Amino acid sequence: MRQRLVVIGNGMAGARTVEEILARGGGEKFSITMFGDEPYGNYNRIMLSNVLAGTDDEAEIFLNGLSWYTANGITLHAGTRVRRIDRFARKVYADDGTTTSYDRLIIATGSRPFVPDIPGVRDAKRGFHQGVFTFRTIDDTRNMLRYARGHHSAVVIGGGLLGLEAARGLQSHGLDATVVHAGGHLMNQQLDPQAGAVLKRSVERLGITVELNARTTEIRGTEKVTGIALSDGRVIGCDMVVIAAGIRPNTEVAQAGGLVVERGVVVDDQMRAVGEPGIYAVGECAQHRGQVYGVVAPLWEQAKVLADHITGADPTAAYHGSRIATKLKVAGVNVASMGLKGPEREDDEFVVVAEPSRGMYRCVVVRDGRLVGATLVDDLSKVAFLMQAFDRGLPLPEERVRLLFDLGAPSAETSAAELSDDAQVCNCNGVSKADLVAAVKDGTRSVTGVMDTTRAGKGCGSCRSLVAQIVEWAAGGETEEDPSAGWYVPGIPLGKPELMAEIRARGLKSVSAVFAELAPEGREDAKSKMGLASLLRMMWAGEYVDERDARFINDRVHANIQKDGTFSVVPQMKGGCTTPDQLRRIADVADKYQVPLVKVTGGQRIDLLGIRKEDLPAVWADLGMPSGHAYGKSFRTVKTCVGLDFCRYGLGDSTALGIALETRFQGLESPAKMKLAVTGCPRNCAEAYVKDLGVVAVEGGRWEIYVGGAAGAHIRKGDLLATVGTAEEVITLTGRFLQYYRENANWLERTYAFVPRVGIERIREIVVDDADGIAARLDEAVQASVDAYRDPWQEGREPVTPGQFRPALPLLVVPKP
Amino acid sequence: MTAEPHLLGRLDEIPVGEGRAYTVGGEQIAVFRLRDGNARAVSALCTHAGGPLADGQIDGDIVICPLHQHMFELATGCSTTGRPPLRTYALHIDPDGHLFVHL
Ligand code: SRM
Ligand SMILES: Cc1cc2nc3c(=O)[nH]c(=O)nc-3n(C[C@H](O)[C@H](O)[C@H](O)COP(=O)(O)OP(=O)(O)OC[C@H]3O[C@@H](n4cnc5c(N)ncnc54)[C@H](O)[C@@H]3O)c2cc1C
Ligand code: SF4
Ligand code: FES
Repeated sequence: MRQRLVVIGNGMAGARTVEEILARGGGEKFSITMFGDEPYGNYNRIMLSNVLAGTDDEAEIFLNGLSWYTANGITLHAGTRVRRIDRFARKVYADDGTTTSYDRLIIATGSRPFVPDIPGVRDAKRGFHQGVFTFRTIDDTRNMLRYARGHHSAVVIGGGLLGLEAARGLQSHGLDATVVHAGGHLMNQQLDPQAGAVLKRSVERLGITVELNARTTEIRGTEKVTGIALSDGRVIGCDMVVIAAGIRPNTEVAQAGGLVVERGVVVDDQMRAVGEPGIYAVGECAQHRGQVYGVVAPLWEQAKVLADHITGADPTAAYHGSRIATKLKVAGVNVASMGLKGPEREDDEFVVVAEPSRGMYRCVVVRDGRLVGATLVDDLSKVAFLMQAFDRGLPLPEERVRLLFDLGAPSAETSAAELSDDAQVCNCNGVSKADLVAAVKDGTRSVTGVMDTTRAGKGCGSCRSLVAQIVEWAAGGETEEDPSAGWYVPGIPLGKPELMAEIRARGLKSVSAVFAELAPEGREDAKSKMGLASLLRMMWAGEYVDERDARFINDRVHANIQKDGTFSVVPQMKGGCTTPDQLRRIADVADKYQVPLVKVTGGQRIDLLGIRKEDLPAVWADLGMPSGHAYGKSFRTVKTCVGLDFCRYGLGDSTALGIALETRFQGLESPAKMKLAVTGCPRNCAEAYVKDLGVVAVEGGRWEIYVGGAAGAHIRKGDLLATVGTAEEVITLTGRFLQYYRENANWLERTYAFVPRVGIERIREIVVDDADGIAARLDEAVQASVDAYRDPWQEGREPVTPGQFRPALPLLVVPKP
Repeated sequence: MTAEPHLLGRLDEIPVGEGRAYTVGGEQIAVFRLRDGNARAVSALCTHAGGPLADGQIDGDIVICPLHQHMFELATGCSTTGRPPLRTYALHIDPDGHLFVHL
């Protein structure tokens, strides 16, 4: 019979230990039950910094989704706390009322934020004051993000790694961030004062205010946080406070269960709780040889030893502690530290190079010819060698400064070769050089492929260039690009040109036909449908066989879905021009359907928000205006300025040209949105320099055409494509450029990425100079699309499919039988 | 199957490859008609932020929520993007094409 293994804590250490156990065939030995306080599968806590900063989506940081637990036969109690351990009866009692027996028990409860008892932190009724946050879990991160919206300034208490990351994250959402640190320099756990000072300058250069030697004595504000008070009497005003003042291991349950607990649960070299043959602790809650760790690298080593031991895969396995060398990206600044921060004995050698104005600081501490400490702020190019030298006491160059600079030192390739096999490359996920080499030997020859299979580089990302070097070295220079990176959609293993060629050769006119003929085993793929539908419509124009399930909901009902399942309706208003009659109809519709919000958009038209799905056809009928296509991956609007007729500076009739462009290209499908503008002079009131295609009237009756501009998630000034003499030429070149983009851009690749990828010179050659001789074909193709255009609101009022406009919420009630 | 069947309507009232939502006995259910002729039923609200799953896109295996693109297996309800699972419901199609759900 299988033994019962119970794991308390479903965080990074708990889940990793279970993975290691499964990898050693533990699935046959144990029936595994896991308890996790957080209501999710397990995720990469390190990446919460990125989620807070908005550079990673929550969904991307999950390591194992719920299906992993099912697939491995693990019973997961997510969102359930274990309350008590009875080590005599060998049972754990959980908050959901269950009692679970175990033969072996692993405690992996991690840590929680330490919250100093500052007056005002807590609210008698609510627990935490509503504007006060900690930073440990997904829920913490969500709460901060939610609150940050609509607030303007944040104070972060604590100038360590977490505090700086919190400040940086909140700042990226537009908040003024101040870090209040009780210590004399930032990250005083890892850095010496000089390195801390360099880091401070770099952080301040990002716009974050840093207050040192600042002890917080009070959090002010009763309903809302209004600020904090410092011991020197100063008050710093703010709307929210984040406390990042350190962590404390979660040991209460272990302690109450009678285990030996000091700072953490005390364990031996097999990670066994002392005196308890069947109970183990791993991760931040464990104390080994007096050490409690607060970073992930040691957890990986602990997890391996514990798995070797518990499965019997290696009965001699023992953990001897970790020499912590950390590589971190703190608020966008690379920091590495290991061992001593500075010299401690008289004959310790100490080499420092500091250029505070550049934000650079490097130092090494050498004792008896061995590296015993190093700190790098900014450039981590030497970190791999230093970490290895630190780890195993390699001989060092006589000229110590060589440790800090590439003074004729080995090139990157030789350094990849010289790195020893067990050198840890990715500290977030505990991946060694040997693991990377093994993945390459097993046939994965792309950098991204190796990253996927080993998870190297999937944490903070600071090791990615080293991973790439090692993969290249291991593959003998024959690395491959990740194949799927070049595919047009994830479900069909073809790049865009090959895919288009196959589609044309086989005459595939519907999305299901493409799957049937070109997907592996003919398998449909939901993630690929939208991209294929867009491509086919562009290629076949009127001949495209339109399958409704290939469309995203917006394109099924010609409106943009919103957070509550209602839709927004944006009628076309060419060039931003409207009439009293249109305004009257919009007003009537707003009244009749009790539209919750009527709003002038950033695209120079009017948005009716909160329309119920079932009302859409009637709204269109009452408006009697064409669709503005504010919902699709397609041609959107042409913004214009008043231009020649009214403006005293106007040099060209921007409104008329804008309307002409919008009339001609309305609704054209494309790999991503296409937004245009025409402006009447270089004052650029219609923001034409930052549009997918922008036209600017200049002196002498001429027009400049810019392409690849952006001012959304990315900001880029467009590149000048051509200067032409007539509005007709503008229209022709616009059509040709848009068609070239439609045919060649990747799915969801906006022009701001496409134009620099192809290069403006190359685009000019093709579109303006016709160097490839395809201009006439491009013109014809775009004409065919223009001809095939039908306004979806005029044609689409009768349901095309049963229940097309039936609400998905609230729902149709089925009568009782 | 233990529970009583509820008639939802005819299968062909759901377009191929799409979903429609129903309320049965107080439960909100999204029913999808697969391209292979089968149908699948899961709870109608996304466990992420309550998105309307019947408006999502599917293939033979998964549904993608239209709001933030979390994914769920149609057969098991499990999320492949780390969300709590959906409920699943047994369906039955009679020879005349009527669709029944078992609660
Ligand atoms: C309504 C509007 C905001 C407003 O109230 O003014 C708007 C609303 C949305 N924008 Fe926008 N954008 C609006 C103008 C803009 C502009 C300004 C402009 O068009 O001149 C930009 C910057 C230009 C650009 O596109 O780069 C803009 C950049 C974005 C982006 C970032 C695109 C990028 O790659 O940089 C997104 C996200 C995306 O496309 O994935 C986005 C996405 C969205 C979506 C569609 C989010 C979504 O997927 O549901 C919003 C729909 C809200 C809703 O519930 O209907 N919206 N959005 C504006 C509609 C303009 C119009 O009349 O068509
Ligand atoms: C924002 C942030 C950024 C970080 N960045 C880095 C970095 O760049 N590099 C680095 O090395 N480290 C970093 N860390 C630290 C790293 O995340 C931790 O060292 C690691 O998560 C510890 O793993 P663990 O399993 O011991 O604890 P955790 O991951 O916290 O897991 C413990 C789990 O147990 C659960 N639990 C606790 N008690 C119970 C109970 N009684 N019953 C059931 N469940 C329970 C908790 O809810 C939690 O889910 C960062 C941490 C944070 C918060
Ligand atoms: S309208 Fe645009 S900027 Fe505003 S919340 Fe939606 S996507 Fe973001
Ligand atoms: S509500 Fe479904 S993904 Fe967010």
